[in-house]
Amino acid sequence: MSNLIQELKENIIELLNLEEFSVEDINDDDALFGDGLGLDSIDALELMVMLDKDYGIKLTDPKEGKEIFQSIAVLADYIEKNRAK
Amino acid sequence: MKACYIHSAVSISAQNTFETDLNLSESNPITSKKANANHPQYKTYIAPGALRRMATGVKMGVTAGKKALEKANITNPDAILTGTGMGCIEDTENFLNALIANDEAYLTPTSFIQSTHNTVGAQIALALQCNAYNNTYVHGALSFESALLDGQLLIKNDDSRSVLVGGIDELGKEFIDYTLLVEDKKHGVQVPFSEGASFFVLSSEKQEKAIQLNDIKTFSNITEQEVPTVLNEFLAENNYKPKDIDAVICGNNGSVYDSYYSKARAIFPITTSQLHYKHLFGEYFTASAMALYLGVYILKNQQIYDTLIIGDNSKNSIKTILLYNQFNGRDHSFILLSL
Repeated sequence: MSNLIQELKENIIELLNLEEFSVEDINDDDALFGDGLGLDSIDALELMVMLDKDYGIKLTDPKEGKEIFQSIAVLADYIEKNRAK
Repeated sequence: MKACYIHSAVSISAQNTFETDLNLSESNPITSKKANANHPQYKTYIAPGALRRMATGVKMGVTAGKKALEKANITNPDAILTGTGMGCIEDTENFLNALIANDEAYLTPTSFIQSTHNTVGAQIALALQCNAYNNTYVHGALSFESALLDGQLLIKNDDSRSVLVGGIDELGKEFIDYTLLVEDKKHGVQVPFSEGASFFVLSSEKQEKAIQLNDIKTFSNITEQEVPTVLNEFLAENNYKPKDIDAVICGNNGSVYDSYYSKARAIFPITTSQLHYKHLFGEYFTASAMALYLGVYILKNQQIYDTLIIGDNSKNSIKTILLYNQFNGRDHSFILLSL
């Protein structure tokens, strides 16, 4: 699980060009949207494509995304339980 | 018809033209085949959230555009006009490469959204919350001139009081290498390919020492033999004769098509200063915007750097400047400026 969390932090920083952040700056429970990393709806789309491409998880319900993208820890937990890759 | 004045000029180029006022006495000669722009600190002009999604051309354009408005004391222009030859080629390359690599699946939105040619104009409008007329021109080496012509018409017809006009092109990463591969080594472009963004605020308001944009004329095709006639007619339409022009800035790039510039130069007397700039700033579709920046600088500061002069003639007083640009014998433009 800790490896997956590390991998997600690295991928998100690279994918979303979060040049201001390093892996150490992101706490596992930090909010991804709003006050935490400050991601927005376009980032949500990028994350949905990443889930499909890297882990074989297709999100079809937008409400589902709201739950899953709460934090890195929640996202890692969801991937662990649902990954096809 | 109102007169059209240039209230500010800002450029990001291969030389240090942005951070400080122009100093070409210490310009760096470009030795590579590709010359990236000398990038300023974009964080000062663009919010971090927006900056992280922007490719080079968008960063250059938004920053140069904002600074041009700042220098002209304009918060919200009546129009935003941009010209670009290759548009946002960096994001286009990213998007198309992802399309191929992922077998047309898993396409992410950012590079697609920002790959359109009007991204710079749109991002400036978004940053300013400006709902005014916004247009982008894509016409090869006449892209910037088309935007400038639109801006000039808006001012002259009194449809707008202040217009932001700019030319932007970025090098990108891959397409430029294919361009270099097919470029004729002997007869083709001999200066480096480069990138840049130059923005101007046009206004109908005459200020002290105002620089006037007298006229712009463009031609898709003219022959070498037609150049002197066309140029004489252009000057005559503006009540000028060749002897009235103090400096001519041509877009020589070392290719065989420089012969067009030789034909143009031949109509001017020996007292007219002959200048070139692409050896310092490189070639790109909107390089003529860089020439306009130089023209404005020379008229404003009454200074011509030796590095720009062909031959050894430099006038002490410069009141009228003619810009002539073309690319591969096509897309000719003449721009007339005066103090």
